[in-house]
Amino acid sequence: MAQRNVSYRVWAFYRDGFRSMTIGRTLWALILIKLFIMFAVLKLFFFPNQLGGLTDEEKTMQVMENLTQIGE
Amino acid sequence: MFLETTADFMEVVNWSRAQFAMTAIYHFLFVPLTLGLSFLCAFMHTQYYRTGEEFWKRTTKFWMKVFAINFAIGIATGIILEFEFGTNWSNYSFFVGDIFGAPLAIEGILAFFLEATFVAVMFFGWDRVSKGFHLTSTWMTAVGANLSALWILVANAWMQHPVGMTFNVETARNEMYSFWEVLLSPVAINKFCHTVLSGFVLGAVFVIGVSAWFMLKKREERFARQSIKIAAIFGIVSSILLITTGDKSSRLIAEFQPMKLAAAEGLYDGGENADMVIIGVFKPADRIEPGEDPFRFGIRIPGLLSILSFHDRNAYVAGINDLINGDEEHDLMPASEKIERGRVAIAELGRYRQAIKDNDSSTAEEVVQKFSPDTPEGREFLTEYFKYFGYGYLQSPDDLKLNVPLLFYSYRLMVGCGMWFVLLFLLVLYALYRKKGSLPFPKWLQYAMLWSIPLAYLAGQAGWIVAEVGRQPWTIQDLLPTVAAVSRIDAGSVKVTFFLFVILFTTLLIAEVMIMTRQIKIGPKNDE
Repeated sequence: MAQRNVSYRVWAFYRDGFRSMTIGRTLWALILIKLFIMFAVLKLFFFPNQLGGLTDEEKTMQVMENLTQIGE
Repeated sequence: MFLETTADFMEVVNWSRAQFAMTAIYHFLFVPLTLGLSFLCAFMHTQYYRTGEEFWKRTTKFWMKVFAINFAIGIATGIILEFEFGTNWSNYSFFVGDIFGAPLAIEGILAFFLEATFVAVMFFGWDRVSKGFHLTSTWMTAVGANLSALWILVANAWMQHPVGMTFNVETARNEMYSFWEVLLSPVAINKFCHTVLSGFVLGAVFVIGVSAWFMLKKREERFARQSIKIAAIFGIVSSILLITTGDKSSRLIAEFQPMKLAAAEGLYDGGENADMVIIGVFKPADRIEPGEDPFRFGIRIPGLLSILSFHDRNAYVAGINDLINGDEEHDLMPASEKIERGRVAIAELGRYRQAIKDNDSSTAEEVVQKFSPDTPEGREFLTEYFKYFGYGYLQSPDDLKLNVPLLFYSYRLMVGCGMWFVLLFLLVLYALYRKKGSLPFPKWLQYAMLWSIPLAYLAGQAGWIVAEVGRQPWTIQDLLPTVAAVSRIDAGSVKVTFFLFVILFTTLLIAEVMIMTRQIKIGPKNDE
């Protein structure tokens, strides 16, 4: 019961804090738009992980090849 | 040709570098104010805690609001750098492995738990939590923000001076054997202190400048005066410490990155009792004959470079030509010899790769032993050959030459601004304490305070240009040049993302300036 009371007070603290924001609302909107652009657009369409989807051994061989083929 | 550097490939390298530089520059427009202003908010909040005066509450809330705008707009701009690691710099990301991963992971966890928790209490806690807990949260936000910077700066310092690691030929990765050696490296400690202190100075200059604007508008005189007082004291203490870490930085660069020092000083031919050109203008690079003074004019102080670099007037300081051509008397190996040794190390890595492909376990084991730090043969190979691994990717010693004018002028801009800030803080403190109780600032000083804000940003950017342009051609000093670190991707996609970032970050910057100036114009009076 006491724990539930603490959880409620924490939730209420954040709820009231967010409700009383003025400039904070604009800032949160900016943060969310920015994160959307970064993760849902840039990361997804423009920044694939070049070594993504490979096992550790495959990554090692790939990088080793990159680092040594220019020396041949 | 040893290194395949077709025009297309070099386009990828150069656009990737430009993109990383642009992202880092924009990121660092937001970071330093967070570092400095967080502590200034904490000082002001402490004043409120001590006095209980409503004035200090309004003052603290105003600066917290400015902090919030900068924090919200700047937050996560650094994540873009991590995207670039995975896409544009995949060889680098894999090669550095855990050394970069561990500090960044700690940064993420710390940033989340410290900042996310305490930032909320700092902003929402007025009259909702106890005054003591509220003040503690403000201080913890400041500490957390600055601790976040620690980890990324430790990683950056490792790239400038790689320690506490060993290269595992079987995984083609550097592996950390001593976390403490990485964390407590003198370069890491000094870089953290110097960068954070520069953020403190910027924060102080910002608060003084904005307060000066209120004075010029003849508004909020007590608020302006008290804010200036706290910022000037914080600024002068930070500036003095900044100078000491700058001095230490010069000595560390002289020891670990002598080419950076030589380029930043425009020193082509070194020597003992080396002069320092305080201010100078270069001749056009193509009109400088070998052995000729590269400066059109310059104000020199005899022996100062030796003193600043090694705290010894008679110390030898190597010049660019000495580092390229070598100097037996001063134990400087010619760059051509380093390139040959680097190629031997790369060839051994290639031999290992081929052995794995051919299932030739005895050759593979032979190479593993060669790279092993646990055997005398391995230790010798690591110190005599692998130490110069990155040089093996260079086409010629000329690849080590840096953009001397850019480094020379950036360094002087940074130091010049730093000196001006010391003078500014002293003038402000003098004006404050000369006539107590009045508003003693002359108009010219108020304008100087206001227009010092852009100078503080310029100084920070110039400092990073010295640090990062001076590290070229390396991503990791001596071990991995940019040409080997970059991914084999299409140059077109890098160009597209470069311009996308320019648009995104410029929009964010305009948003920050607009929101911030609007809030500043409203002032502390109308703060809810």
